[in-house]
Amino acid sequence: MSSEWPLWEVFIRGQHGLNHRHVGSLHAPDAEMAILNARDVYTRRNEGVSIWVVRSADIVASAPSDKGPLFDPANAKVYRHPTFFDVPDEVGHM
Amino acid sequence: MSAVGLSPAVAEFALRMGDNCLILGHRNSEWCGHAPALEEDIALANTALDLIGQTQLWLGLACEAEGKGRRPDEIAFLRDVSGYRNLLLVEQPNGDFGRTLMRQYLFDAWHLPLLKALMGSADKRIAEIAEKASKEVAYHLERSADLVVRLGDGTAESHTRMQAAVDFLWPYTGEMFLADALDEELVAAGLAPEPGSLKAAWQEHVTRTFAEATLKAPEKSFAQKGGRRGVHSEHLGYILAEMQFLQRAYPGASW
Amino acid sequence: MYAQMVKTEAKRVRSLDEMEPQERAFQERIDAGQKIEPKEWMPEDYRKTLIRQISQHAHSEIVGQLPEGNWITRAPTLERKAILLAKVQDEAGHGLYLYCAAETLGISRDQMYEQLHSGKAKYSSIFNYPTLSWADIGAIGWLVDGAAIMNQVPLQRCSYGPYARAMVRICKEESFHQRQGFDIMTVLSKGTPEQKAMAQDALDRWWWPSLMMFGPSDDASVHSAQSMAWKIKQNSNDELRQKFVDQTVPQAKYLGLTVPDPALKWNEAKGGHDFGEPDWTEFFAVISGEGPCNHERLEARRKAWNDGAWFRDGLTAHASKQAARRQAARIAAE
Repeated sequence: MSSEWPLWEVFIRGQHGLNHRHVGSLHAPDAEMAILNARDVYTRRNEGVSIWVVRSADIVASAPSDKGPLFDPANAKVYRHPTFFDVPDEVGHM
Repeated sequence: MSAVGLSPAVAEFALRMGDNCLILGHRNSEWCGHAPALEEDIALANTALDLIGQTQLWLGLACEAEGKGRRPDEIAFLRDVSGYRNLLLVEQPNGDFGRTLMRQYLFDAWHLPLLKALMGSADKRIAEIAEKASKEVAYHLERSADLVVRLGDGTAESHTRMQAAVDFLWPYTGEMFLADALDEELVAAGLAPEPGSLKAAWQEHVTRTFAEATLKAPEKSFAQKGGRRGVHSEHLGYILAEMQFLQRAYPGASW
Repeated sequence: MYAQMVKTEAKRVRSLDEMEPQERAFQERIDAGQKIEPKEWMPEDYRKTLIRQISQHAHSEIVGQLPEGNWITRAPTLERKAILLAKVQDEAGHGLYLYCAAETLGISRDQMYEQLHSGKAKYSSIFNYPTLSWADIGAIGWLVDGAAIMNQVPLQRCSYGPYARAMVRICKEESFHQRQGFDIMTVLSKGTPEQKAMAQDALDRWWWPSLMMFGPSDDASVHSAQSMAWKIKQNSNDELRQKFVDQTVPQAKYLGLTVPDPALKWNEAKGGHDFGEPDWTEFFAVISGEGPCNHERLEARRKAWNDGAWFRDGLTAHASKQAARRQAARIAAE
């Protein structure tokens, strides 16, 4: 037999209630073991409170060549960012 | 609490707990760099690290209760075989990775209910160590039980190996539930549970896990025993020879 | 270094004007300090060189577990035992991160193992030396991890995203490794005469192999020039070696130990130490398989892999059975 365990991507939510963040990958025979392995490999220093794993093969990614069309338009919408607007000093914090 | 009169019993009990952790942690650490997959290498090292940490706590308590001013390292590195109080189970050689996992599982399935019971110990120090350790051990049990199921119900070869591991280790499990005079003293003082009282929970866990793993527990109930009073298998001497080498070769040195 | 003498296919480093548009755009992105990510276009030689470099690095981590692992069961105190075990475990973790980084380039971990076990892939020469005393554990942390950090810190800025990110994690975790080694050396040098002799003996044996870790001078190497142009190597071997010597010599002095190099002296004019040339004949012998422990190291890795086959297969088989059972249950429920 000797087929390699599939590769899994590991996402961990840190202590601070932030979003799960991609931390790396590992091999495991199935999802349940991938969770256990992720706990042992990626939280050795008490880094997380919640783990997601997903088969690397199941990740759907944007094609690198689409980077221009996908992300450049958002660049033009500067008004989405608070720094676009001048707030007069007299108004104080907003 | 713990009255002065009970201190020798507490010290002896802490040795039993600490020596189990030390010797099993030592055995597991032998795998570091040699396990079947990187992920397992890391996971087993985590278990070993937890056990060494627990060793420090239990031997610390043993020193304190003994009241002779000794330190945990002195007890760990300067006692001979007859001074060790661990179960025979944990000193058994690693064998293949399956036997190592099975030994871990049979131990964990006993260790966890024991720690849970100790959380209610009349001695606060025992209760505190048990509480900290039980969180780690709950994970050990989850992992070792899971692997026993997977390998028992894996390939024909993995099944055969896991069954061989059960057959080999089974005679060393009975010792976990035997009581002696010390246990009676501990029970009477509300310090530790009656060893026999842990049998049902262990049996239930093992039966359930083995059923899922398609493994059979041997019919024979003969128990190898002696570890808890310092009568060990030949293996412990070699463990100690290795473990204590530096402390013995360079007496009195600090490291 | 952990990846010594990584070959490229380059005959010479070409200028932007000589490149096809696609490659030119790639090089310009690197020059601008941008990261290259897995599925983006990259020159085939960039990909192959990275696989070679990252896998050598990964192999070095896991073979590197062995000389130190050799002393886990003999560590002199409970705390030293825990620290050493945690450190060697970290090395397994670092090997794992690096293998995963290499896998994004289209090679599997099993293929990389196969290259290691067959002797086709290299790993750092340093791990083919034996650990003969407890002081060797100190010396490895102090010197070998110290040398590794010199190389790994700049690699956090390397052009390939997954490699750079793995290095960030590794550098963060490794920060305690060198310190624990130096701490062992400090205690030994302040200890009994036997302990001090043990520490000096370890320095005597590990000093030259540590300098060799950086590899022979590569100022004239087209491979290094190409790797630097690609930003998968940031400093020349001699530069890093000099930095290592300058950092380490005062530490040895603090310990009261003697660096075993009669040519070693401070050179005021260059603001650094002059030092002797390592024995490069020995270095080439060690990387071609003739070091004192090459055979044992590879044998240990092969044994772990072969003995573990039933375990890995058993888990795979169980996962397939479970998936099939779930599938059957779903069908039955419908």
